Amino acid sequence: MTDLAANPPPAVPAPAAPVRQLGYSVRAIWPFLVIFGGFVLLALFAPLIAPNDPNSQNLLARLRPPGTTARGIFYALGTDEVGRDLLSRLIYGARVSLLVAFLSVLVSTVLGTTLGMIAGYYRGWVEVIIMRLVDIVLSIPAILLAIITVAVLGPGLQNLILVLGFTRWPRYARVAYGQTLVVMNLPFVRASRFIGARTPRLMLRHILPNIAGAVIVVATLEFGLMVLFEAGLSFLGLGVQPPTPSWGSILSVGRNYMATAWWIATFPGICLFLLALSINLIGDHLRDRLDPRSKR
Amino acid sequence: MNAPLLLVEDLSVAIGAARVVDGVSLSIAPGEALALVGESGCGKSLTARAIMRLLPPAARHAGGRVTLDGRELGALDADAMADMRGSALSMIFQEPVASLDPLMPVGRQIVEAVLAHRRTSRGEAAKLALAMLEEVGIPDPVRRMAQYPFELSGGMCQRVMIAIALICRPRLLIADEPTTALDVTIQAQILALIKRLRRETGTAILLITHDMGVVADMADRIGVMYGGRIVEQGEVFALFRRQCHPYTKLLLKSLPSLEGERRTRLSTISGTVPDLHSWPPGCRFNPRCPLAVDRCRTDAPPLAPAADAAHLAACWETARMAELDR
Repeated sequence: MTDLAANPPPAVPAPAAPVRQLGYSVRAIWPFLVIFGGFVLLALFAPLIAPNDPNSQNLLARLRPPGTTARGIFYALGTDEVGRDLLSRLIYGARVSLLVAFLSVLVSTVLGTTLGMIAGYYRGWVEVIIMRLVDIVLSIPAILLAIITVAVLGPGLQNLILVLGFTRWPRYARVAYGQTLVVMNLPFVRASRFIGARTPRLMLRHILPNIAGAVIVVATLEFGLMVLFEAGLSFLGLGVQPPTPSWGSILSVGRNYMATAWWIATFPGICLFLLALSINLIGDHLRDRLDPRSKR
Repeated sequence: MNAPLLLVEDLSVAIGAARVVDGVSLSIAPGEALALVGESGCGKSLTARAIMRLLPPAARHAGGRVTLDGRELGALDADAMADMRGSALSMIFQEPVASLDPLMPVGRQIVEAVLAHRRTSRGEAAKLALAMLEEVGIPDPVRRMAQYPFELSGGMCQRVMIAIALICRPRLLIADEPTTALDVTIQAQILALIKRLRRETGTAILLITHDMGVVADMADRIGVMYGGRIVEQGEVFALFRRQCHPYTKLLLKSLPSLEGERRTRLSTISGTVPDLHSWPPGCRFNPRCPLAVDRCRTDAPPLAPAADAAHLAACWETARMAELDR
């Protein structure tokens, strides 16, 4: 038998310095904040920024490449198939994208957080009903559900927002539910009951602020997804209806002219890519900052 | 004795089939301080929570009546009871920092406590809160109002908790080990504060503790709990002078003392507290009691006058207490 005392096992190497899990540093988030902020400004001040009316057609200047001037109008990003200024359409398109994303996130956040909090607060059969409903809605592919609903309700901005809002709430409900369970177990919730706080006060003043961080992270990540969903549904013709400019519908039309007018599909694609990327990276960053488990 | 402020009659709490609080009766006069002492798990905290009607989910009320100021608390609906909490009776806990909402400035938490019970403006409530912070001895209250719990020390947080508990001037404050988590100097300050507020406001106190030193300092009367029952009850000084239940006697003997011989070993109580579900029949202390006789193993002794009318003990063998001194 080997004498362990005489042959001590080789010293365990000291653990390496903790590896940074983020591939990018904290400061690297700024460019994406600028991009996102830029799109928000474009959307807010579209009428002031857009050089032309996005819906005014100029049939004599159809499919002109970026940088052409036709009849005294400069088309920085070229024109589309009926001679509308692509740049102006993209600027107005930012409006649609962000409006739909913002409002649908708002609808699903309010709905999901409320239901999740109620489930976590009351437990029992309330919890069972709400959380099984969450499982059911989550098990249906969201885009399929959206397509079916739009097909029934009819397309349009308002329906699009409602459809996205009502199909995406379960993600918030799950997070809100889990966080509520955690917060409910903290001594301060018990303590505030012992000094007479009733349910509404407890929920709105104490529980909601304590779960808000996690919900905001989900909302940010969902926001990027909603931008893509809006574009996807508009691409399929189920979203915003023409002539209202939407990146998805511009992209869909541009696809037909890929060979002759590459710019029509390319620029909305770039916009979508940049917006979705910046939102997702901001969301990731927020998650890392707000999640107590990942120390900065 | 005049009409009691709090009257607890035959209160029982069960967890599953185990009666963890078994027929506890006690009363507190207006402005009086009663201490409940006992080991962990003897049911003293559950008794307090049963009085507040906020038992943990696993426990349930299994009988008995609680009357505060002539109103039976068990007869109130949930909303009326919520209204009593914080205004007629309040409770503070042993984890002061965790008992405050981490995301709300402490000033606002006091304001919330006011608004939970009174219809008044936020501005008025904030004035009350500021005055209360001053009353509990927090220096620079204006600045402290805006700070979050993590910016305050444990002692400060306990002061804030006391401010929250007392701002609506309850007649009864239940303090569940209020100083256990604090270091000794802060502990003394908090106890002094509770004493001062009691003197100034006439609030009665139900103090729950396992610290005999705190009891001697704070309470008028003591109830000693063992196994979910009160085994001895009496005036503080009478009870420290003479014990009529073996458990109390052995408990006090196990405390270190500044007087007497140094190198003696501290005495202990043999055995351990039995599991909740396997309390022995008869007196629950009988397996550990040096005086136990056959009767102790079959019949539970009632809480009856022992040394005098105000000094109660639940023991069949009170007369043989002197044997324990040997």
